[in-house]
Amino acid sequence: MFTELNSILNASPDSFTQGEFILVSVQHSDASFLIHHFLSFYLRARSRVCFLALVQSFSHYSAVSQRLGVNLTQAKDKGQLIFLEGLKESLSHLIPQEERTGSEAMDFLRDPAGGLRSLYQFVHSSLTHSGGGEMVEEEEAWGSPVLLVDDLSVLMSLGVSAGAVLDFSHYCRAMVCSQLQGNMVALVRCSSEEEEDEGDAEGSEWLRRGLTHQCSLTLHVQGLSTGYCRDIHGQDFVNFLLNDVPKTLDFPTRPKAVSERPDFCLTLWAL
Amino acid sequence: MAAPVSNVGISSGERSAFRCTSFQKKTRSRLIAIPGTRPSVQNGQLLVSTGVTSLDYLLGGGLAVGTVLLIEEDLYDSYSRMILKYFLAEGVVCRHELFVAAAQDNPNDILQELPAPILDDVAFPKPVEQPRLSCEPQDSLDAMKIAWRYQNLPKVQSALASSSRFGHYYDVSKTMEPEIRQAAKCHCFYFPDHPTQSSTTHSPMLQSYSALLKSLQEVIHREGFFIAAPMSKSRNILRVGLHSLGSVLWGDDLSCHDSPRHRHALTTFLYGLRALLRSSLSVAVVTIPSRLIQDSSLMGSITQLCDYAIALESFKGSERETNPLYKDYHGLLHVHQVPHLNCLASQLPDHKDLAFKLKRKQFTIELRRQRFFMLTHKMRDLIKCNEQSASKVRSDHPCQSSLKVSKILTCFWDIMG
Repeated sequence: MFTELNSILNASPDSFTQGEFILVSVQHSDASFLIHHFLSFYLRARSRVCFLALVQSFSHYSAVSQRLGVNLTQAKDKGQLIFLEGLKESLSHLIPQEERTGSEAMDFLRDPAGGLRSLYQFVHSSLTHSGGGEMVEEEEAWGSPVLLVDDLSVLMSLGVSAGAVLDFSHYCRAMVCSQLQGNMVALVRCSSEEEEDEGDAEGSEWLRRGLTHQCSLTLHVQGLSTGYCRDIHGQDFVNFLLNDVPKTLDFPTRPKAVSERPDFCLTLWAL
Repeated sequence: MAAPVSNVGISSGERSAFRCTSFQKKTRSRLIAIPGTRPSVQNGQLLVSTGVTSLDYLLGGGLAVGTVLLIEEDLYDSYSRMILKYFLAEGVVCRHELFVAAAQDNPNDILQELPAPILDDVAFPKPVEQPRLSCEPQDSLDAMKIAWRYQNLPKVQSALASSSRFGHYYDVSKTMEPEIRQAAKCHCFYFPDHPTQSSTTHSPMLQSYSALLKSLQEVIHREGFFIAAPMSKSRNILRVGLHSLGSVLWGDDLSCHDSPRHRHALTTFLYGLRALLRSSLSVAVVTIPSRLIQDSSLMGSITQLCDYAIALESFKGSERETNPLYKDYHGLLHVHQVPHLNCLASQLPDHKDLAFKLKRKQFTIELRRQRFFMLTHKMRDLIKCNEQSASKVRSDHPCQSSLKVSKILTCFWDIMG
């Protein structure tokens, strides 16, 4: 959890606006640090978190979160974190086997044209836990539900159409943000700006635009046009441009530059 | 996971060979002792060498176990194939297991073209002097008198210890001897040998890729590379080399059409490959004919599904071949992506101006010395002008200045080395 980012977004684990859909859009860069930030932020805020980790393994998130001060294994055991490890569950769907051991949530891999209904069912069941059978006192201890998705663009690489991904995000937003008054954070990658999609409805740019329309806050992360560079102390870091494109008027709208040092400290300054 | 340093102890066989001394080194953590690997200095991840030491340095010390290196092929697929052969040769020398898949050439042919390692101290299947046992009489003729604590250690370094060196050197002008190559276990997948089966799912993955993925999974499970496998055997690394994925010979139309029908076949395969690698002790190198793929957004999603991505751009046949600026090199190398697994910050190489060259015996990647080269050209022009003016005027000053210029020029050459 990065304290400077919290101060810019006017949020802290004790008080943050609920019912928000935060979109992290990435261009020519890597913004996984924001996903790690939000994961540790919401776990610290004692929210019930459903994390759809589609691109990396559990141990990767666990190792980074440990350095940010949060124990994912413990959170999973206590029931605060529901973790869908997409990579692990996908193998049984991608390689036809006699016994199906993978989770039903990744069913879309068998037939991507069918949409993401099974994935939505998984999110629904994990955040509303209508199944019961657990101790009631523990469940009420957790705060509002949060859905984290890393990332939505990989669904398009797996054959799902942009329309189906937009439907999925709309359904999730309706359930998590409006119905349950929780928050939702999703990461999407966009292609470079020169590609004006030539009437290609499947483009990732179209997906990003649709998601930007749905969300309440966009954090746009972009690599420097001149490439990466070193800072004055001689440590390697990558510069980002952080554009807050808010729907509400409370947030500042001027762009800021962000630098990330390898020692897990995020420093931001204005351009 | 990309194989973090975990509690896999060394096998009991190795332990007993070195229990001769009473001194036990206290280690904070029991590291995986797999030959040919070493933990990264940045985040403790297990790394293997690509075979090209300069490429290892650019990628942050080596390839992390559990990751994929994507090589965008140069136009004639000569240098990317060379890097793939280096990778496989390094696996042979480190006694890793190999899995080679190709659709164009038979993998056995690729394996026969591996470069010969330059072995000075690596002991390969030759009779090794037996280590001394502690029950031998102590009063033999060559008993040590001063260093008597080391009396009972084996005299010759075992092959395991010496091949645990990280990164070896190869002689490209020779091929690896068959005895060395046959010491390593190789699994081959030659696509034309596999009969086509009808697929039961509507998955976008092509039948060729799913057969390859299934075959790779079988090898991983059968040979025990799965991380969750029982620790009874000593662990080893599986090196996977996949040649020219996305080309027509795999049945894919990515490289022939502007808007291919099997748009998501390769990306779905790469997702499945990542899933397999993260759960096993293996590393993969994939070459893709990216210059034939028209859609750059597709190349972007392919790159994102791999961990490391480099692109080779050779000068062969282009106008740069005769350009004096590039005459030292055979092509340019671009590092597009370096992952940061288990940590937040990535270690991209400091310089973006990288070039490679294939010397008579070696393939190296260097920082391109463009700046100095242009300066020396300018100096040469200066000298020419000065010499011409000197011959016209015939006075001392221009000669001295031209002498000065040539002195500075020699200094520059000395700096360049």
